[in-house]
Amino acid sequence: MNPKDLRFDKEHEWVRVEGSTATIGISDFAQDQLGEVVYVDLPSAGDSVGAGESFGEIESVKSVSELFSPVTGSITEVNEPLRDTPETVNEDPYGEGWMIKVELAEPAEVDGLMSSEEYEAFITEDE
Amino acid sequence: MSAAARRTPLFEEHVALGARMVDFAGWEMPVQYGGIIEEHVAVRTSAGVFDVSHMAEFRLSGDGVAGALQRIVTNDIARIEEIGAALYTVMCDEDGGVIDDLIIYHTGDAEYLVVANAANRDVDWAWITARLPDGVSATDESDRTALIALQGPRAVGIVTELAGHQWQPPARFHIAPGCLGGIDVLVARTGYTGEDGVELFCHASHAVPVWRLLLSFPDVTPCGLGARDTLRLEMGYPLYGSDMDRGVDPIAAGLGWVVPKGKAGFIGDAAITRIREEGPKRRLVGLTVAEGIPRHGYPVLRGEDEVGKVASGTYSPTLGYGIATAYVPAALAEPGTALSVGIRRKVVPAVVVRPPFVKETSLTHA
Repeated sequence: MNPKDLRFDKEHEWVRVEGSTATIGISDFAQDQLGEVVYVDLPSAGDSVGAGESFGEIESVKSVSELFSPVTGSITEVNEPLRDTPETVNEDPYGEGWMIKVELAEPAEVDGLMSSEEYEAFITEDE
Repeated sequence: MSAAARRTPLFEEHVALGARMVDFAGWEMPVQYGGIIEEHVAVRTSAGVFDVSHMAEFRLSGDGVAGALQRIVTNDIARIEEIGAALYTVMCDEDGGVIDDLIIYHTGDAEYLVVANAANRDVDWAWITARLPDGVSATDESDRTALIALQGPRAVGIVTELAGHQWQPPARFHIAPGCLGGIDVLVARTGYTGEDGVELFCHASHAVPVWRLLLSFPDVTPCGLGARDTLRLEMGYPLYGSDMDRGVDPIAAGLGWVVPKGKAGFIGDAAITRIREEGPKRRLVGLTVAEGIPRHGYPVLRGEDEVGKVASGTYSPTLGYGIATAYVPAALAEPGTALSVGIRRKVVPAVVVRPPFVKETSLTHA
């Protein structure tokens, strides 16, 4: 089961909002579909990103996927250890495997994202 | 091409093991079970089992078969005069273009078993059978033959345990009959991983018991096409369709060693001799990259100029970084040459290296 306090988009990213900061990562479903993550290409703190825009890439042995930001804002923090230990995304997608933190410019965007229950239903029909 | 994907006799086994199935050359094949990296590591350190039953098998026999093969393939059939010997070779057209790469096993008196890539089965069959003299018969045994590869430092020990300790495994690049758990198989000491190991030919109806027998060993891991690809690329083994095709000759592909200089009278002889004398315009080289993972089709650059494209590329689980092959102008083929690879938005430094990328395996000192 996915954590209840998260919101999800259809590209399988999750968002955790604390105050005006959103932490973003990819879902357990997404990491399982990808397989062993061997490379994560992340932006730099200070970059800005728009909702639905690519902020990086994630690669398994066989495939590469874009990472899309579910929200608009400026990137305040990047999970630097992922550059050396990308497998953390597989091991702990909702914890140590987070990717970026964004200072929300449009907090209302979060309301348009799926709840945990809605996301569960989404990936069930997606399969 | 027919729309429905073909299935090997082991399809249900793969599904039961939780494999992720993909289309490969018209076949529904397992790309991975637990994960490509753990499967890869199992083969490098213990043993992995692969279903490669999609490969094509042609049996050729009769008076004149050796002479006919000598004309069809580039390598020297006289090297496998001894029954039980095997030969890696390519088969070219008159222009020297590679039609396929093959392993030919000398299985009996005036009898050879030719193993070809699944994707080339129809083309190869037509090409070969059109060039056989009267008296040589050919049978396409692909549908009734299962092929199971057991690869890794533990592989030969496991097969010997199953065949009984009085049984002698065949030498490297040889084939011999064996009986595993009461099932007759042909055991070939060949493979596509760079590790010691075997490839087992058996009747399709025996594939499931042989597969289960091998997996009954706790140190045998089922492995999919994903690990097969990372293993072969670490060794620099070319893959037909990525590293070579009808548009390239064996010299450019780095396969000059399967075209012996003293041999004449085979198809493509004149063209390949000329290419060898003049030197190929392009060469297949190995590349290592500073970051990211190069993949098939990505541009290879020298300064600002695109000088080639990645033929095969992957993440090397053994080395922990990206590796690739690419055709580049011959002048840029020297090991140590600084190039770069366009990995989507980034241009990443790359260095030409001489494969194999991984130097030490269970075959190194075998």
